[in-house]
Amino acid sequence: MGLQHRHFDALIIGAGGAGLNAALRLASANHRVAVVSKVFPTRSHTVAAQGGVNAALANVLPDNWHWHMFDTVKGSDYLGDQDAIETMCREAIPTVYELEHAGVPFSRLDNGKIYQRAFGGMSQNFGGEQAARTCAAADRTGHAILHTLYQQNIRARTHFFDEVFAVDLLRDDAGVVLGALVLDIATGEPLVIESKTTLLATGGYGQVFRTTTNAFINTGDGMAMALRAGVPVQDMEFYQFHPTGVAGKGMLITEGARGEGGYLINAQGERFMERYAPNALDLASRDVVARAIVTEIREGRGCGPHQDHVLLKLDHLGADVVHHRLPGIVDICRVFQGIDPAKQPIQVFPTAHYAMGGIPTDRAARVVAPVHKGPEEAVPGLYAAGECACVSVHGANRLGGNSLLDILVFGRAAGQDIERYLSENPHHRPLPQHTLDPILARLERWDRHGEGEPVHVVKADLRKLMEDHCGVFRDHDTMAKGVEKLRTLRERIEHARLQDHSQIFNTARIEALELDNLVDVGMATLACALAREESRGAHSRIDFPERDDVHWMQHSLFWREGDRVEAKPVRTKPLTVESFPPKARVY
Amino acid sequence: MSSQTEADRRRLRWQCRRGMLELDLLFSTFIDQLDAPLSAAEHADLLHLLGCQDQQLHDWLIGGNEPEEPRLRALVARILAAQSGATASSDA
Ligand SMILES: Cc1cc2nc3c(=O)[nH]c(=O)nc-3n(C[C@H](O)[C@H](O)[C@H](O)COP(=O)(O)OP(=O)(O)OC[C@H]3O[C@@H](n4cnc5c(N)ncnc54)[C@H](O)[C@@H]3O)c2cc1C
Repeated sequence: MGLQHRHFDALIIGAGGAGLNAALRLASANHRVAVVSKVFPTRSHTVAAQGGVNAALANVLPDNWHWHMFDTVKGSDYLGDQDAIETMCREAIPTVYELEHAGVPFSRLDNGKIYQRAFGGMSQNFGGEQAARTCAAADRTGHAILHTLYQQNIRARTHFFDEVFAVDLLRDDAGVVLGALVLDIATGEPLVIESKTTLLATGGYGQVFRTTTNAFINTGDGMAMALRAGVPVQDMEFYQFHPTGVAGKGMLITEGARGEGGYLINAQGERFMERYAPNALDLASRDVVARAIVTEIREGRGCGPHQDHVLLKLDHLGADVVHHRLPGIVDICRVFQGIDPAKQPIQVFPTAHYAMGGIPTDRAARVVAPVHKGPEEAVPGLYAAGECACVSVHGANRLGGNSLLDILVFGRAAGQDIERYLSENPHHRPLPQHTLDPILARLERWDRHGEGEPVHVVKADLRKLMEDHCGVFRDHDTMAKGVEKLRTLRERIEHARLQDHSQIFNTARIEALELDNLVDVGMATLACALAREESRGAHSRIDFPERDDVHWMQHSLFWREGDRVEAKPVRTKPLTVESFPPKARVY
Repeated sequence: MSSQTEADRRRLRWQCRRGMLELDLLFSTFIDQLDAPLSAAEHADLLHLLGCQDQQLHDWLIGGNEPEEPRLRALVARILAAQSGATASSDA
């Protein structure tokens, strides 16, 4: 087969905030940069981030990066790497100013400075009063950032491959990454992009769960590409769930609804949080509320014909309060449940929101894995940044507003280190044909004709399986059964078939390739969650309810080969300050 | 006027992949529920709508702010009607 080849200095897979910030840096320095995105760049999921981005600017209340660092380490339940966290919190300040200069229209205070709002988990003075640290461009921060970065990249002459799907990484026998094989969705033609460096910036994988806030594109492609290239993924058991998503759909109903006095009831009309958190009730922490909801449903007290959700009541608050203070929720309920929440309760279920885990990297965004000498050897030529990476600044739990920060800071760090790498490795390495063979074989597998299960059926089963066996309710038996079922499902994929084999915009083929990816990240998540016998941050186990620093103060690494899970040490030493030792995480 | 080809339809379907879940759900429900192929004019309108920014689409489809162009307004109403049809039938 005569494949077309293109050559670049840097191949960036993903055009969200992480990918675009890296690309901008490199294109501005006149490197040949290709950005590949399966959807038009400004449709990347970063566009959905409304809340804002954290930086200790101290515009509203006293603040400094060291307090921000404390909050992030504590929020991570002490699993975050403190050198990376220090880097992120220090860099936050110049990063936000850089965005401001680039033209992101941040909301302003009367004195002209950037407005900052208070967000959960943010404190002054190492755990004291609430801090105001989150910078926002009205309620469209992600949109503003993404558009600004995209325009700047166009100006810097970044080469965009829009609606092009990255299939797999190319890695030679010495382990050096040489680019990727991609598929032009419009024509169905494969293309080889040979590149001296490759950055994975493909975002999260919420679509592996049935109920998620994530868009359809978030299928963990970059993580699965890394896994298939023999690179492990890290801390996949840490997935953040939000207790109240719209049942059967996934969108968030913010905590604000309960903050205003909304409360949850089960099928018997009982205010069940009284049993789980007698004091905090419906404002107990996210994991407690989420687990309470799922427990009610598992014990048969769910609402509706399938008893598969509970109700969030706001109707006692009065139409005035609901419509004026919670307009976003009113809109979502009108469109997706056909109700007015001031009159009828909202059907809710916990929704999968954010992946703390991902492809392990160091502070320079280089992908690192244990090979010969230690836990963190760089995979030559390969970088990762953004939600698909695990640097790890979020540890076991991410704080609101820290993810946009993560993607920007480490996206830029990737750009910087790629420049260094390019100066030391100025030439393309030869691409051996056999590195392409397994990738082409996978593509051909989906071209087989004949009878077989359709992809969407297997995908729906996978998402249900993950929700039931690795959602907010985790214990040994539930997850061990999940692993077994997922192994069976993985075999079903071998026999699944596409009905449509045409070339042009064959979205069914793309969905099949995404399914391969979802299964790999699903297995990584389940295997890591089953292995970790403690509760920490977002990972809470019924059978091991306590955090166990003696045995589990360590990262997990999952390898695709043999579905293997191994431990890796946490970097507890920051760069210039004292480390924050683990303490009980109480708020 | 000729109606859309199979390739056009597939292209439209990929344009429905957005950066926000709300929009994914609205557009995919709309496309799935079409009982007849779109006319060339309808197809063009939908492509035009899909060419708009996600934030703009969110304002129109979720935020309740109507687009000024009458043809887009009609299309937005159809997309919302398809969603409320789907919501009502899943309740049944
Ligand atoms: C509803 C919602 C609200 C949020 N609000 C906030 C907030 O207020 N503050 C905050 O800090 N965080 C927030 N987050 C989290 C944050 O938005 C994301 O973590 C972040 O935007 C991820 O950015 P990214 O650059 O890593 O990836 P994304 O923006 O997800 O971009 C991924 C890119 O990869 C491309 N891609 C993926 N796979 C492939 C492939 N196989 N081939 C080619 N291209 C591919 C996609 O096309 C896309 O361009 C929110 C998340 C959600 C779901």
